[in-house]
Parts: sequence; structure tokens; C-alpha cells
Amino acid sequence: MTASAPVLHPSVAVDDTLPDLIVEVTPTTVVLGALASRDWRPMHHDFKFATERNGVADIFLNTPNQAAWFERYVTDWTGPRGRIGRMTFRMRDSVFPGDAMTFSATVTAAEVDESGCGWVDLDVTLRAVGPDRPERVCSTCSARVAVPVTADDNPWSRRGDDWRP
Amino acid sequence: MTAETETAEHDLPDDIVVLIDVPQYERAATFDVERGYSYNTLAATQNGNPLFWDDEVADELTDGAIAVPTTLSLWMRPHFWEPGADGEQVALQVHFDLKARFDLPEAVMTDNTLILHEPVRPGDRISHRQVLRSVSGPKTTKLGSGRFWVIDIEYLNQRDELVGVESYTGFGYRRAGDTGGDAS
Repeated sequence: MTASAPVLHPSVAVDDTLPDLIVEVTPTTVVLGALASRDWRPMHHDFKFATERNGVADIFLNTPNQAAWFERYVTDWTGPRGRIGRMTFRMRDSVFPGDAMTFSATVTAAEVDESGCGWVDLDVTLRAVGPDRPERVCSTCSARVAVPVTADDNPWSRRGDDWRP
Repeated sequence: MTAETETAEHDLPDDIVVLIDVPQYERAATFDVERGYSYNTLAATQNGNPLFWDDEVADELTDGAIAVPTTLSLWMRPHFWEPGADGEQVALQVHFDLKARFDLPEAVMTDNTLILHEPVRPGDRISHRQVLRSVSGPKTTKLGSGRFWVIDIEYLNQRDELVGVESYTGFGYRRAGDTGGDAS
């Protein structure tokens, strides 16, 4: 198996959209994500702590796991040559078990920097809806990902001054 | 909930003002980066990126295996317990210091920024330092009343190469009607 390059920078344009990703969230989704990120805080695995102490509806996705979901969503689109340089997200509401979360994204910029690195900026939105909760925007994310400018380009080979995230 | 941060040093206690922009808790991880642990994040997010599952792809693109980039903080998070540890071990100590200092029992994170540099690789030993950037004045949100704060973390590998910088905005708060309770 070799690394394919399904997205090349010249093929990307502002206002392009990415395919949605829909994920059904279970208690296991939340707990597995928290423990995978070595986040032992009880609001991510203890229902009573989350509801009675924190005052929220249920245990909820933790921050590093949300980052990992955003990474998965973006690199599903770019393929393995896609290299995330920067990601900023704001968590407006929590994602709970029973929710269906939907990731969607729009390209906001596509440019090649002075070193020749091809950057794509994305606005990613994470929405969720649950059986007792209306659809809402839970998180908004700005992601900056390097993608190949040619079929043989590899953003992962960049180091030092050639990598400007 | 909306993150509202500002530098409001005028209403901050002196012992907090002196901490702003000062590196704290400079330390190295007590364990090496391990490929096996990365699979937990890949499984948790159903991430099939062949860069992490196929050695040929990893050899071609990154000269061997790398850790999932967004697991950056994972490699500095302490064990929940270890011999000689006193109480719960927490990852972002400055955050918990602020909760205690302002007597705010609850807290949530509202914003997170990751800037990724040199890839983290199995066998690396990561170190970091935490820097308090700002603390807001008193704020009230739907969760309760408290303060927002911004904490930056710089991560280095054992060769002192910058592998990433992370920034968290936290909101420490006391729920409406809650007049007591221990910081947690």
C-alpha cells in the first residue's frame, strides 16, 4: 500500500465544501475518548458527577478527544499526506451520549506560502442533536492543513523554516 | 456558554499578576511516547488514516511511525496514580491552581488551540511548561459565576525540538446558589 493523495492543492477552491460526517455518540464514545487522551476527570465518565456536580445533562466529550475528531474529519478528506498545522476550536455546548454529531466544513482560503507549502483553511462545524435536545452548534473550529501542491509533494517532509503553521 | 477573556490585571490579586507570562511547572513526562497508546485515540475516533495503521505509508511519508498529532497533550498527562503520589494527579496544574485560588469549585474548557510542529514519534520523551496568559474579571454565564483564564503550553521533545504549542481557555465557576464546596 502506498500513500495516495486524493486532495491536491490546485484542485481546492474557496467555498468548496467537505462531505458531512455523522457519528452516533454513545457512553462508550465519550469514555473511550477520554481515556484514550488520558483524561481522568470524572465529568467524562461519571454520570452523577457530571449531572449533580457540574450541572450538565450527562457525561460529555472532552477537549482533546474533540480535537482528535476534528483531525479525523479533516484528514478523511485530505488523505494521509494532509498535515494539520493549526487548529482552533470553541466549545459552545457539550456533546452527550445519545446525540448524533455531524461534522461539516467549508474551505475559507487556499494559498501557497513563500516556502511552497500549500495551505487550506477550513471552517469546521460540529452540530449535535439528541432525543431530548434540539439540534445545536456545539463547536466551531478553524483548521489550517497543508496538502500537496503536486502529486509527489509531501507536506510531512517540511521542517524548520519550511514549516510555518 | 461563550468564552470571554481579557487581561484585567487591574482587578487581579498581586499573587496572580506576578504569574502572568511566567513559565511554570517545567517538567518532563514520566513515560515515553508509545505507539500502542495512539491506537486508543484512533479507535475512539474511528480514524482509519493509513499513516497510522500502515508501516509502508508511515515509512514513505514520515520516515517511520508518528503519534496522532492531536494527541499532543496526552504524552504529558500524568498517571492517575503512581507510587508516592499525593492525591489526584492532574495534567494542567495552573488551571487547578486558579480554581483553588479563586475558590471556584467547577470548571470547563471553552477554547483550545493546537499549533503542530515537529511530529511526535514513538520513543520520544516529551517535556512541557505552562504559562498563564490572562485572567478575566468576574463573569457570569449560564453555568454560573467565575472567571475565564488562558493558559499556554509549550511541548518539546528530548532533543529540545518544538513539537507543538497548545492554548486553553478555561472557565472556573461557582454554580448559582452554591455557596460552599471544595475545589475539584
